[in-house]
Amino acid sequence: MATKDMFGEGELWEVFIQKETGAPHEHAGSIHAADSELALQNARDVFARRGEVVSLWVVPANCITASSPDDSGPFFDPADDKIYRHPQFYHVPKAVKGM
Amino acid sequence: MNTSDETTLLERFKSRISAGEKIEPKDWMPERYRKQLIRMISQHAHSEVVGMLPEGNWITRAPSLRRKISLLAKVQDEAGHGMYLYSAAETLGVDRRELIEQLLSGQAKYSHIFNYPTLNWADIGVIGWFVDGAAIVNQTMLAKCSYGPYSRANLRICKEENFHKRQGYEIVATMAAGTTEQREMVQDAVNRWWWPSLMMFGPSDNESPNSAELLRWKVKLHSNDELRQRFVDLTVPQAQAVNITLPDSELRYDKKTQHWNFGKINWEEFWNVVKGNGPCNRERMAARQKADNDGAWVREAAVAYTMKQRMNR
Repeated sequence: MATKDMFGEGELWEVFIQKETGAPHEHAGSIHAADSELALQNARDVFARRGEVVSLWVVPANCITASSPDDSGPFFDPADDKIYRHPQFYHVPKAVKGM
Repeated sequence: MNTSDETTLLERFKSRISAGEKIEPKDWMPERYRKQLIRMISQHAHSEVVGMLPEGNWITRAPSLRRKISLLAKVQDEAGHGMYLYSAAETLGVDRRELIEQLLSGQAKYSHIFNYPTLNWADIGVIGWFVDGAAIVNQTMLAKCSYGPYSRANLRICKEENFHKRQGYEIVATMAAGTTEQREMVQDAVNRWWWPSLMMFGPSDNESPNSAELLRWKVKLHSNDELRQRFVDLTVPQAQAVNITLPDSELRYDKKTQHWNFGKINWEEFWNVVKGNGPCNRERMAARQKADNDGAWVREAAVAYTMKQRMNR
């Protein structure tokens, strides 16, 4: 285990909260905990003190792979020239409704 | 990385800042920006944590159950706010333990205000009103700062802190409408906390070494003096509403500027407290060190338990 655990801070966990059923889980921040059970409890104590959360996810921070901002241009540009993926690309006679 | 790459990156960074974009953890940022943010966010986090001590002092002696649950919830919030902020600082590549060690060794600072004692119950009211009030003025600005995680942490803090100020003001208003003794008690607390609260915004901008850089990078959006003025303008009418006198004979409303002018701040006192010579500096540090030592076995046990579970799997 990482050296910082020698001080007992535990691993870093990213916390995602859902504010109401049907809403997406959104990243809220992070916490430290030794295991997943404590991670959930710590996340509750830090991010859900006022009953505004209906569901929590905790994920070990080192399990997340993120896109890199340096490559964000080339990484996302395959989508840039595909205007035909948007409805506005297609011509429809003006009189037609409900399209 | 060669110098021309660095220059291009810096230019791009500056134009993103001036376009009002937020900087996120994995984005390129100047080393100074990163360092200044770590210093600021960790000081802010330490302040939340140390700030629990003066108020925690009165939880067991709160005058009613209603007052007690409010104060308990407020102090819990301060712990939570400390955690939001350590979490924001960690996105910049520091470890929380490292920051806590800096606090415990006295290398890192926290807000000077928490080195003043809470002598009686009126202090709890005045702290909520003044100290949390001043913090809200500052954090409302920081919620709009250029660094994404710090901005989001402050947004979350601001949402929760309004109750802190209101619970404080309720205590003040109740005592101010009470017996002569209660009125005198709350006026005395106001007299003691007013000037140190004004100092919370930091030295005047021409004396503050970090201000210009932080403003340029939109880590701060207003100067220390502007924030202090905003706090004074907000607080004077609140004091008048409950017949409390603020201890400043020079306090006058300027019709032209529509601001309240106030007297000179004793910066010598401020620097003296910052340097460790306030009434409670040693007591606060000793309390944090004790809490860290006393809690060590719990953290160690939690880690040992996880290791054991993993081995059994």
